[in-house]
Amino acid sequence: MSEMTLRQWLLTDTPTSRRHAKIASLYKGWLTLRGNTMAMFGLGILVALGLIALFAPLLAPYDWTTQNLGNRLQPVGSEGHLLGTDSLGRDILSRLVYGSRITLYIVALVALIAPIAGLLVGTVAGYVGGWVDLVLMRITDIFLAFPRLVLALAFVAALGAGIENAVLAISLTAWPPYARIARAETLTIRSSDYISAIRLQGAGPIRIITKHIWPLCISSLIVRVTLDMAGIILAAAGLGFLGLGAQPPSPEWGAMISEGRRFILDHWWVATMPGLAIFTVSLAFNLLGDGLRDVLDPKDGGQ
Amino acid sequence: MTLLDVENLWVKFPTRQGIFEAVRGISFTLGKERLGIVGESGSGKSMTGRAILRLIRRPGIVEADRIALSGTDLMHLTEPQMRQVRGERISMVMQDPKFSLNPVMTIGAQIMEAYLLHAKASRAEARAKALEMLEAVSIRDPERVMRAYPHEMSGGMGQRIMIAMMLIPNPQILIADEPTSALDVSVQRQVLDIMDRLVTDRGMGLIFISHDLNLVAEFCDRVLTMYAGRIVEVCDADKLHQAQHPYTKGLLNSLPRLDQPRARLDVLQRNPAWAEAPSVAGRV
Amino acid sequence: MLEIAELNVWFGQGRDRVDAVKSASFAVGQGESFGLVGESGSGKSTILRAITGLAPDWSGRITVDGTDLGRRRDRAFYKTVQMVFQDPYASLHPRHSVDQVLSETLHLHGLGEIDRRVAKLLDDVGLGTRFRFRYPHQLSGGQRQRGAIARALAGEPRLLLLDEPTSALDVSVQAEILNLLTDLRAERGRTYLMVSHDLPVVGHMCERLAVMKNGEIVEVMEVAALRRMEASHPYAQSLLEASVAG
Repeated sequence: MSEMTLRQWLLTDTPTSRRHAKIASLYKGWLTLRGNTMAMFGLGILVALGLIALFAPLLAPYDWTTQNLGNRLQPVGSEGHLLGTDSLGRDILSRLVYGSRITLYIVALVALIAPIAGLLVGTVAGYVGGWVDLVLMRITDIFLAFPRLVLALAFVAALGAGIENAVLAISLTAWPPYARIARAETLTIRSSDYISAIRLQGAGPIRIITKHIWPLCISSLIVRVTLDMAGIILAAAGLGFLGLGAQPPSPEWGAMISEGRRFILDHWWVATMPGLAIFTVSLAFNLLGDGLRDVLDPKDGGQ
Repeated sequence: MTLLDVENLWVKFPTRQGIFEAVRGISFTLGKERLGIVGESGSGKSMTGRAILRLIRRPGIVEADRIALSGTDLMHLTEPQMRQVRGERISMVMQDPKFSLNPVMTIGAQIMEAYLLHAKASRAEARAKALEMLEAVSIRDPERVMRAYPHEMSGGMGQRIMIAMMLIPNPQILIADEPTSALDVSVQRQVLDIMDRLVTDRGMGLIFISHDLNLVAEFCDRVLTMYAGRIVEVCDADKLHQAQHPYTKGLLNSLPRLDQPRARLDVLQRNPAWAEAPSVAGRV
Repeated sequence: MLEIAELNVWFGQGRDRVDAVKSASFAVGQGESFGLVGESGSGKSTILRAITGLAPDWSGRITVDGTDLGRRRDRAFYKTVQMVFQDPYASLHPRHSVDQVLSETLHLHGLGEIDRRVAKLLDDVGLGTRFRFRYPHQLSGGQRQRGAIARALAGEPRLLLLDEPTSALDVSVQAEILNLLTDLRAERGRTYLMVSHDLPVVGHMCERLAVMKNGEIVEVMEVAALRRMEASHPYAQSLLEASVAG
């Protein structure tokens, strides 16, 4: 390996081991992504979001709970408060920084629950077919029919308000589209020669679904998840706005918009700053999702 | 009389590993004849056909000293001017009618569209013309076919419909890219006969691109053999079996033959010198 | 080795039923190479699928190595019979390297010493170690088909079903693959059932063949008769003439 540069090793056409092959293919995917400026921009924002969330205590100038009623509703750019203060004199910038943690928490939870549930249901329904398919798809239809906010209200009524319940409500209504996508892909893949070939080796349905079908479905799911992220963040923000999600004084961005609603005409920054934050993160996910699609889809074709 | 004059055509694609040259400096002319371009996958034969029609988009790069169609250099035309040329002066029939016919339009609509793009005519005239073309390609019930959708047609009929569609604007040159490869053997003959008849009747030039040496030898007048983006041999079709170049000979020998049983087929030994040697000019 | 008697294969039910194969009967001896020719839609590939259990609705009798087959196939069957598919671009999983494909196959057949066997299989089909960890999109058509053949050979089957194994390949690559298949049969005395629409290929690879039309076998003949262009049935004769024109 010392004769080849690292780049050559990564771009090689003749991998020498399983690990080498995997790393090489990941690197090539990375290069494709890197070629897409918009996607890199999105990725950059998301990385920044992650770092901000991680180092929140170091980055925020104030603690997000510190009230200062003498300093309420200070405009953007006022002394000591870059983005102004809200109705209780709390620093908006600090609240945004701490709020990023909550946003990431919501995003991570939903991204883990919804697509995985959808993948399971969709691939099993698609591969097994018959009445299993029928039953699973009707269950999917039922969940698809639930309006997200109504379900959230029901949860709040039953279990009390809070961010976890909001996430649960969102996940329960977010998984059906993934099930549909996974099922559609499975139906296409199921009739391929490579699936016939592995059946001819005596593979059972579990092996086929997990080792052969899932790897192919995962790319479209990943793309779909990143593109849905925007909607999920907005849904969480919406729930927060309605008071069903994060409870005050939590610095969740949606709740911040709700609090700032009353002052929007004279003190626009209280609602607008968190709104811009949501917009930026949603846009970043969209851009990244588009870029990921270009990376993940072409390999699917095989040619 | 020369219909098409291609001089020093190059087709390149930039890739992560450098520039990939699909076609490397080929030159040939086409008269009112059937010219076959034979080669394996990767030889550049399909790219040549597409380059003539300027169908290769960025990031592909097409360079040529000239691609002259009856005197007009196609390399200097703008895209709108090129659109006039496509269909009206040069047409292309591709391999699989499943993929080249629009699945959501009726066949009649597609053929009429092909006609109306290049001729100012009423719909009634276009319809009449379409019916006439369908009869010219030996389709027995043209009215029914006009109303049908592509998926209802068999492969052979689909290909005949493609030929009808591509010849309706009366082009001077037809480029056929593996037109019979997706068809059954018995149907191939039919389609080739139709193509042959129409091309001869209209005094057109035909470029027939294929990987099937025997088919090309039988159907065409002259044959260009391509390898690695270059033309390695030019000969008359009836003399193909006496080809000189080792690649052509190798390809012919590696085909199994019913009349010459062998225990093992001769495997073509590729010689890198073939790719390095300059392209043979295929001028009449 | 293989006996088919009054085989009927159909798809769909009732009004939508399509009979792909009707009353097909033929036998293939141990170590023989038998061809199935016909045009598209003649049912030749469907017979292969019925044998392997991929076409569920069939009636008649299929006997492999003395055992009559039922609806299901068991492990022993998969060790005896394997198939090579037509389209090399579709027969390998796009996300699995050649090594993964072969390892998994060996694992499913319950064979040990996977590492050594994978290397040997690759060697047997003429793919060097350079190709072992490549993904299908990094392989040419011929290389993929060799990989597919290696996969089929992993369980050391005695009957190999070949569904147009070279029709998607270039002429020069076809010659290599056909030679490889010839060598592999000679080594172990395997039995081949090869489906093709290309008569010269069948003439080269097989000893006897059956001609199919619209799901029925119209003629079973020796390859020697094929070479002499002497078919009994008019359809078979017209097929012969169309293939060798020129």
